[in-house]
Amino acid sequence: MALQTLDIQRRSATTTPSPSVRQTTEVAKLIDISKCIGCKACQTACMEWNDIRDEVGSNAGTYDNPRDLTENSWTVMRYSEVEVEQGKLEWLIRKDGCMHCADPGCLKACPSPGAIIQHSNGIVDFQQEHCIGCGYCIAGCPFNVPRISKKDNKAYKCTLCSDRVGVGMEPACVKTCPTGAIVFGSKEDMIQHAEERVVDLKERGYGKAGLYDPQGVGGTHVMYVLQHADQPELYHGLPKDPAISPMVSLWKGVTKPLMSLALGVVALAGFFHFVTVGPTETHDEEEEV
Amino acid sequence: MAKSSSVLIKRYTASDRFNHWFVAITFILLALSGLALFHPAFFFLTHLLGGGTWTRILHPFIGVVMFAGFAGMMLRFWKLNYITDNDRKWMKQIVDVLANRHEKLLPVGHYNAGQKYLFWTMVVCIPLLLITGVLMWQPYFAPLVPIVVARLAVLLHAVAAFVIIAGIIVHIYAGTMWVKGSMRAMTRGTVTHAWAKHHHAAWCDEVSKRDK
Repeated sequence: MALQTLDIQRRSATTTPSPSVRQTTEVAKLIDISKCIGCKACQTACMEWNDIRDEVGSNAGTYDNPRDLTENSWTVMRYSEVEVEQGKLEWLIRKDGCMHCADPGCLKACPSPGAIIQHSNGIVDFQQEHCIGCGYCIAGCPFNVPRISKKDNKAYKCTLCSDRVGVGMEPACVKTCPTGAIVFGSKEDMIQHAEERVVDLKERGYGKAGLYDPQGVGGTHVMYVLQHADQPELYHGLPKDPAISPMVSLWKGVTKPLMSLALGVVALAGFFHFVTVGPTETHDEEEEV
Repeated sequence: MAKSSSVLIKRYTASDRFNHWFVAITFILLALSGLALFHPAFFFLTHLLGGGTWTRILHPFIGVVMFAGFAGMMLRFWKLNYITDNDRKWMKQIVDVLANRHEKLLPVGHYNAGQKYLFWTMVVCIPLLLITGVLMWQPYFAPLVPIVVARLAVLLHAVAAFVIIAGIIVHIYAGTMWVKGSMRAMTRGTVTHAWAKHHHAAWCDEVSKRDK
């Protein structure tokens, strides 16, 4: 989403500071999976606020619909039926979408200046008019979130309603959630709220309940309260300790400046070889043009 | 000396030269447009192909075209690039090579060891660039590729591109500035007898013998 702003903390493929005079409070969306009833009101609110519609898909035998994130569905409910204790079926429903990492792999991978920005409030936002459609963000993301549109070849994902948050409103999914499973506020407040929820869940028999705010990506600005925080994989494969892949870190970390520098050095070495050692010439000047 | 300079020796046919320059032009376009997406310092090079999106669209197609061209060169020059014991000695004397002390080197055949290793580097890198490039090709193939594979592909693509660009910088320097008289081999197809005797003595003798 494009939004003129003065609180840009990080900007893809940019080596100088971005407009950042305005400092905003770090925000977070907290999704309490124990309170989610899987009604998909959040999916609908997301479509309505952003005014995009996915194609009507087909039923795959589960409640998951659409089956996966798409360029038009920036959030989808993932339904997992699990038996953590033998004979005790649990229906874990996770609202999937961008986690708004503090250390975003998409932004690190993106080659186009300003196509991905991170606001000082923690929101990671795609600026589609700068997107070139290369798909590097997909390789960079530890959560498999960005999707490229087949219509315009631009990458799309949840904006955390940056346009709403920017004017002091909560994200559309938060506003619409009928059970209060999704709440929004400062990251500090959300962590505190989560801790209260975890205490409550532990009292109710979920001994391993906890907050999902993975530190491998510097923490996230979308967090979950999980009943089984020791096994996040139960929730449709939520990664246990996500981090930017070492291959991506290598590619867009040290190799990027080192290889660029090395190419410059090779070219310069040629020049200095020429002006010191000089060319080799055969003895017939008239031929050597 | 005047005599040997007036005698021209055929080094490349018109078809060889066409093939070389076809690959060279596509290579330059690929190197510049690829660097543009590698480091922000080079992003301005996206203007070469008409902007970031056009760069993303055109780069892979140009890549396939270059691969096709390079396949031709590979077939043409494969046998001329077999590494010999003399080549290994030549590499050990690289300091003499860099210092232009040709008198200390063994007679060189059609290609010297530096040229041969560049050829084999390209033989490894270009197919690797093609394969990894196809794996990351949006929007046609990349959506079918598992993310772990895509990550490996982008990394290998960058590394292979780095190696080949560094190699080609040396190739261009040697051909245009360092070794005077080389350029005409690829532009006109001929070299002077003096040049051949000086830089590729074994090849020069071989050609002279054959032509007699």
